[in-house]
Amino acid sequence: MTAGLDRGEDSGTGPGKGAGPGAGPRLATWMSRGRLLQIRTAVVLPIVAVLLAVVVGSLFIYAADLIANKGALDLGKPLSAYAALVKGSVLGFSPIVTTLVAATPLVFGGLAVALGFKAGLFNIGVQGQLLMGVLGSVAVGVALADQPVFVAVPLAFLAGTLAGAAMGFVPGFLKAVSGAHEVVTTIMLNYVALNILAAFVAGPLRVPKAPAPVTFDVGHAALPICLGKTGHVGILIAVLLVVVVWWLLYRTTLGFEIRTAGANPDAARYAGMRPRRLIMLTMTMSGALAGMAGAGELLGVTHQTQTSFATSVGFDAIAVALLARSNPIAIIPAAILFGAMRAGAGQMQIEARTPRELVDVLQAVILLVLVVLPVIARALGGRGARVVPEEAQTITKSYASESVPS
Amino acid sequence: MTSSQEVVQVQPVHAPALEMRGITKRYPGVVANDGIDLEVRPGEIHALLGENGAGKTTLMNILYGLARPDEGEILIDGSAVRIANPTDAIARGINMVHQHFMLVPVLTVAENILLGEETMAGPIFIDRAEAKRRIVELGKQFGFEIDPDVKVGELSVGWQQRVEILKALYRNAKVLVLDEPTAVLTPQETDEIFAVLRRLAEEGHSIVFISHKLYEVLAIADRITVIRRGRVVGSRIPAETDESDLAALMVGRDVQLVVDRGDSHPGEVRLQVEGLKVRDDRGSEVVRGVDFEIRAGEIFGIAGVAGNGQDELVEAIVGLRKPAAGSVRLDGRVVTNATTRQMTNLGTGYVPADRHRFGLVLSFSVADNLVLTDYYRPPYAHGIVRNDEAIEERGARAIAEYDVRTPSPDVMAGTLSGGNQQKLVVARELDGDLRLIVLDQPTRGLDVGSIEFIHRQAIKKRDAGTAVLLVSAELDEVLELSDRVAVMYRGQIVAVVDGRTADRNEIGMLMATGLRREAAVASGSIPSDAAGSPA
Repeated sequence: MTAGLDRGEDSGTGPGKGAGPGAGPRLATWMSRGRLLQIRTAVVLPIVAVLLAVVVGSLFIYAADLIANKGALDLGKPLSAYAALVKGSVLGFSPIVTTLVAATPLVFGGLAVALGFKAGLFNIGVQGQLLMGVLGSVAVGVALADQPVFVAVPLAFLAGTLAGAAMGFVPGFLKAVSGAHEVVTTIMLNYVALNILAAFVAGPLRVPKAPAPVTFDVGHAALPICLGKTGHVGILIAVLLVVVVWWLLYRTTLGFEIRTAGANPDAARYAGMRPRRLIMLTMTMSGALAGMAGAGELLGVTHQTQTSFATSVGFDAIAVALLARSNPIAIIPAAILFGAMRAGAGQMQIEARTPRELVDVLQAVILLVLVVLPVIARALGGRGARVVPEEAQTITKSYASESVPS
Repeated sequence: MTSSQEVVQVQPVHAPALEMRGITKRYPGVVANDGIDLEVRPGEIHALLGENGAGKTTLMNILYGLARPDEGEILIDGSAVRIANPTDAIARGINMVHQHFMLVPVLTVAENILLGEETMAGPIFIDRAEAKRRIVELGKQFGFEIDPDVKVGELSVGWQQRVEILKALYRNAKVLVLDEPTAVLTPQETDEIFAVLRRLAEEGHSIVFISHKLYEVLAIADRITVIRRGRVVGSRIPAETDESDLAALMVGRDVQLVVDRGDSHPGEVRLQVEGLKVRDDRGSEVVRGVDFEIRAGEIFGIAGVAGNGQDELVEAIVGLRKPAAGSVRLDGRVVTNATTRQMTNLGTGYVPADRHRFGLVLSFSVADNLVLTDYYRPPYAHGIVRNDEAIEERGARAIAEYDVRTPSPDVMAGTLSGGNQQKLVVARELDGDLRLIVLDQPTRGLDVGSIEFIHRQAIKKRDAGTAVLLVSAELDEVLELSDRVAVMYRGQIVAVVDGRTADRNEIGMLMATGLRREAAVASGSIPSDAAGSPA
């Protein structure tokens, strides 16, 4: 299915090259084709990825079923498992709210990763930045637990955002001053964040005399519920942020600079933009978005935390951003898809007795297909695959040698 | 049928060494080759002339098995063959010397030639002695002596090209395709390689010479086939044609090959460079003390073989690179450490050598690329918010003024042809009232029409009183436009001569050796027989 992808123009004789007087009609056909190709690469690849994940997931379901039933094969098993997954995620009001709540941190996290991709940065540190968001919001939230809601909520949320931003600034700063690659530093900083959170929860934030280290409840700082029983206002903030990030990227001069630096760093330097400053700024903003994911989870869902905050949002967010091709608007459907899988997993486990880990398999396959397929197509196809998505390029470039930006 | 049969009525004595009949290749939305006929006789140097994108490369890719034709057939020595891949092509005696050499610099000449075609002594070991003997013999046969044990990376570009040719001969090539072989050579090296090609033809090899340089084609070819937009538009014999005839065929209209530069009226000193030293990325000093000045209304050309410090010199002047020593003054004001943005604001326009690397963001629209350097100020931005209307307007204006052929300002810059991409850069950088423009390889890889256009723009700017710095590896370009010509060799300016009276060979010699001819011979830096250009 890769053969037809991105099959643009041949080297010497691209459609645009002969453009001259009388090339009008030809240009017109090529234009529409170019547009079609763009749409195809943007839409086809994600759909292929999801379909492939469903197929591979079926194999997983069979395997799990065979083991559980000691060799008796139920051919319709995948169907009933997927049906339960869908039922648990979108059939009815309550499942839908659960899906939206699960999608919310993925929107924040997806935006964080996508913003990095747009600037040519691969922020794998969303998980760590998210944990700092949890820490910031729980610390301030507990302190303001008895204050009025309109004071406690914004301040606690802001604290989480700032803590995430600070955590994002570190790798940005390191890259700007020394060229240290953000992939390496953010992966390491994830462990730093993990242990900072644990230290605070076991130390200053611990409820005295509690049998296991845990913080107090954030009380009035909890995000108000606006939808059903669990739908907190974080959902709305997430949608608002989608609009803000889109506006920033496509309507402001800063967004133009970020996109230029991501698409062609040399051209950015040539145009007098300051790549080092852009790297620091983008990583900080990316960290802030990741911090919001953490703040939203803590203030909206858990309201307190133990030494470890169980989530894989920081990593799932990478898959969300890839699925959305780093388009802020497309982050919403991508996050909802992943959120739905999380939300329906429980129902599936109960009803179809398919392990909820199936969802991880599905996500992993989607991620793999999105990143690897274009690169493989390029390796095999030569000219056939000139258009490797920017995100895949950023990721593959992460493994190449790195030069200090100027 | 095409005009090739009409114009050239000479009946071939033997079957053609190579014949391509009715080759058609369609890509989505464009016909790259439209019923092309090409016939190459044994011992003939056949030039394939056409603008970039005319379909030359596609045709040769089909011949070399890199692309499959939709229609048409290929005949070798009179019999039809199917060429599915380059291995097939080589087995049939067709070899290609690519524009970018396919050589491994750390391997020796012999090792490079043997790659994939090892002469074995028994099942395991390569018979190096035998291979070297054959290589030396082949070289002698075609008039050059080559040491098979030298590492390719230590050879000059001209000699590397000879290694490529040897590689083809070693594989018993009968038809040799050379894709723009002179693009990287000095005039002397070009003459030398031409001598080798003539020798090959005398020995019965057929040569397809792809080029868009008219004078070269006239100098070397026995026959010339001109391609325009995927069709053969004519066939000529050099004796019966001239440059303007070929240019008109190639472009489809009359072209002024050498833009009439008129008189220049240099005014006050604009740019003053003193004792400038610049290091490259690896820290070695590649500009080693350069002084010159450019006056208002003057074009100052810098000639030189690529890689003699020109790139770093230009980057230092426009603010992309910090000089190690020396000073740069613009209008008397010290700008040695100015940033690119400061230089732009002081009235500098800069057309970079590598438009894909510096000049454009290919994934951005034409309009966005036009505001790449001033996107942040009115009218293109109100505070931090972009003014898309003004940006769009700028796009439409520039497209009209600079004849950028694009369906609309919203099209991705990467989809434009090379010539139109360069016009886009020129439209951005030469717009408005400028004090200085820096043109680095402004027409590299462009077609005749675009070259003419860009040269006109440079002269227009000169006449408007702008100081123009022109850096180019194309000696003809420098000579045609410049009021004064400086030759750069190993990081220094070795001579400055008057552009109108400069002698092509003299400058070629300076480019190659850094010395004037007599001095070069006397110092022994070149052997005396190589000093004069071959007849």
